[in-house]
Formats: sequence, C-alpha cells, structure tokens
Amino acid sequence: MSYALREALATFRRTPLLTVLSGSMIALSLFVIGLFGLVAYNIRTVLADIEERVEIVAYLRDDAGPQAVELVRAEIASFPEVAAVNFVSREQALEDARAELEEFRSLFADLESNPLPASFEIRLRPGMQDGSEVRAVAERLQAYDIVEDTRFGQEWVDKIFLLRRVAGVATAVLGGAFAIVAMLIIGTAVRMAIFARRDEIRIMQLVGATDAFVRRPFVIEGFVTGLLGGALALPATWGVYRALSGSVIDLHWLPPVWIAVGITAGALLGVIASARAVRRHVREL
Amino acid sequence: MIRFENVSKEYPRSGLALADVSFHVGKGEFCFLTGHSGAGKSTVLRLIHMEEAPSAGEVRVSGYVAGRVRRRDVAILRRKIGYVFQDFRLLPNRTAAENVAFALEVTGAKKAVVRTKVGRLLARVGLASKAESYPGELSGGEQQRVAVARALANDPIVLLADEPTGNLDPRATRGIFELFREINAAGTAILFATHDVELVRENGGYRVLEMERGAVVYDSAAQTV
Repeated sequence: MSYALREALATFRRTPLLTVLSGSMIALSLFVIGLFGLVAYNIRTVLADIEERVEIVAYLRDDAGPQAVELVRAEIASFPEVAAVNFVSREQALEDARAELEEFRSLFADLESNPLPASFEIRLRPGMQDGSEVRAVAERLQAYDIVEDTRFGQEWVDKIFLLRRVAGVATAVLGGAFAIVAMLIIGTAVRMAIFARRDEIRIMQLVGATDAFVRRPFVIEGFVTGLLGGALALPATWGVYRALSGSVIDLHWLPPVWIAVGITAGALLGVIASARAVRRHVREL
Repeated sequence: MIRFENVSKEYPRSGLALADVSFHVGKGEFCFLTGHSGAGKSTVLRLIHMEEAPSAGEVRVSGYVAGRVRRRDVAILRRKIGYVFQDFRLLPNRTAAENVAFALEVTGAKKAVVRTKVGRLLARVGLASKAESYPGELSGGEQQRVAVARALANDPIVLLADEPTGNLDPRATRGIFELFREINAAGTAILFATHDVELVRENGGYRVLEMERGAVVYDSAAQTV
C-alpha cells in the first residue's frame, strides 16, 4: 500500500472524532441535497405524467370517406412528433359520450341522428409536448380537407408548459443555492480537519516533503470522507422517503443515476475542498 | 557549504531582524550561534532552511541560493539539513519510531529500509527500547533525542539546532550536547543556536558566532568582525 493511502487511512484511527465530525457535516449537507433531489425528482415525474396525457383531437367532416380517413391517419402517424393516432368513429363517439356524460343520457337517447363527428385522437412523443410543438402539429392537421377542427386544450397545455418552466428554474436556483451551501459547509469541515493537523504539515515540510507529497494523503482523506458522507446521507434520505411515502404522499424513489451522481459529487467535493485547504497551509511556508 | 553575504532581513511589522550579516560555515564544522533572544539566531537558521528569502544579500546553502531556488528543490535540500527545535516538534499521536520514520517516508524510502534505519537511528540516540513510546510518555531529554534521530534520518550534511537544550534540565542538556558532539565527530556540520552562555563556556574550543540586534558582533574564527 502506498504511503499516501496508508497515511490517509491511519488518520481515521488517529483522530476518529474529527473524522466523524467532518464526515457527519458532509453527510448532513448531502442529506439536505438528497431531500431536495427527492422533491425535485417527484415534481418532474408528476409533470411528465401530466404531459403524457396531452392529446390533440382532430374532428373530421361528416362526408369524409373511409379511404380518405385511412390515408390521412397513416400520414399523421408518420409525423415525427406523433406517438399514436386513434380513430374514433361517430358511433363510437356517441357511445363514449353516453357512457361518460350520464347527466345527458336522456338527451342522447332522444336523438334522431348522431350529431357527433368522427375524430382522430393523437398522442405526441415525450419531449415534444410543449405548447409550440402541439400548436404546430394542430396547424398541420388543419390543412387536411377532411379535418374540420382541432382541439388540444391550448390554455391547459400552456399552463403545464409554464409550470414546467417554473419548476425547472426553481430546481436550478434552489439546487444551486443548496449546492453552494453544502460546498461551503464541506469546505469548512475539511479545512477544520486540516487546520487541526497543520503541525503535521509543517513537520512534513521540515523534513523535506515535496508539496505534492504533503497534499496526497489529505486529498485521499477528503475523497474517503466525502464518500462516507454520501454513503451516510443516502440511507437518511431513504428513511425520509419511506416515512413520507407510507403515510403522507406517494413518492418515487430517486433513480440510480441521481444517487451515483450525488455520492460522486460528495467525494469530489471532499477532494476539491481538501486540495484547496492543504494548499493554503503548504503555501504558508 | 553555508555562506551568508551581506544578508539583511526585514519584516514588514517587526522591522530589521538581520543587518548585513556575512559568515561562512564549512563542511563538518561545529559552530555555536549565541546571543540573547531576538538577536537574530532563529532568523539565520530559517534562512538556511529556506523558509524565507533574505531582503538583501545572498544566502547560499550547498549550492542553492535562497529566494532563487525552485520549491521542489527546497524540499530536496531540506533532506540534507537536519533541524532540531527547542520544543521538539514531534507528532504527539505517533510513536517515537513513527516520528523518525516520517522523515524517511517523505523521501519515498522503501518500507524495509525505513524499518532498519529507524532502529539504527533510535539506537544511535540511545532510545532503542522506547521505539513504541509516544512523545507524551517520554521525558524532555528523550523527546529531544527522538527529534535528533529524526533530523539525522536522511544523513544530513548539516544539523541546525535552535535552542535544543532550552527546555531541558542540566543533566539532559549535557546528554543532548554529548550526542551533538558525537554526530559532529561523525562528519556532520552543526549550527547550534543557544543563549546558554554556560554551555558555550563549558565547551570551549568550538567556533562561536555571537549575534546582537541582528548583526554578528563576534566570530571566534575571525577573532572580531
């Protein structure tokens, strides 16, 4: 085992209190980030669910023949934005209306002819559901002769889009602020640990250690502390998730990529903070 | 080997610490650096150790010039300079053997080499049986011996001692000084800073550089300066 690695590990044995202290400070700040991530991820998931339901309905003229309908259907299905096209015949529309609108059952029962038009129900691909995309597809549909009118709940789509933008900005701003606070806390924790060992750094230089040699064990130590902090923050976040998920609200757990990024960020922060703090002491001589 | 030429050192807050100091210490020489506290002894040692650069003049150690040397070379040079302090500067959470080993490990020495050399060094300073003791379990004299063993780890060409007996009782002082004499006899130059006039007087025959208010006022090698 290299000297630097041995020294880094020996530190945890020599100064366990300091290690636990800085490790918990890192864990605590990553825990806050974890909670924030949990909220952000769930908001994203809910919004994505809602977006999934964005649908364009194209009402067809009553005189549209089955051949024309089929031709247009195939053409619409080949639009890059379109995920699926469902044809609803006039009869089907009436049946649906009877089933869904019970209050008007008597009204529908007395009809002499079917007033409802046939239609296409068009679902768009994920990521192509914001206001402008939806509007663009709707406009292209209008160009077909057999299409009488299109509906896609313009206000609703715009609102979702706005909500997603607000959520995105809020996530970035709050997440950035939390990350900065966490970085400051982690930096302070590491600096504190290194300040306590400034004599050691002084003596290392006294006996002729190069700057890189002095830095190495501290940087490894920062990496391990960061990793430990991340590993501690994870079960804490999961505990909160379980507690809320069972009783208050149904939440989704973070995807593995987010967790991996979080823990890696912890380790990386530990490394950067250590390197900076050591450099300050090394340069003093 | 160590050459000061018209060296001055001024600190922004405390003012002039050295004023136009010139002297030369040769290979294997033993030299007392005497004077009251604040006379500039420690500043001279720090300049030799290249912890600072002079404000004027030139400090040359083993071919390296203070202030013009690369940081990496400073580290290499320090391995050739042993340094012993009044307050020992041992790491309290490491054993005597680990404290000595520290100086070897920074040079990238192999584990087996470190182990044998540490054993030899501790035996040389008379502490073979206390290798596994922590500094807190050792007397002042013993701690200073560990510090000397650490200073000798990389076979230095010169040993700088900054009041090494300042915290020791007369008996321990004699023991430590005897150790320095042996080290010098084996060929290592020694610059021994002390304000203990008694110690200098008892050990006449060695060169004495006396400092006062930042200047060398007496050099026994040159009679007067």
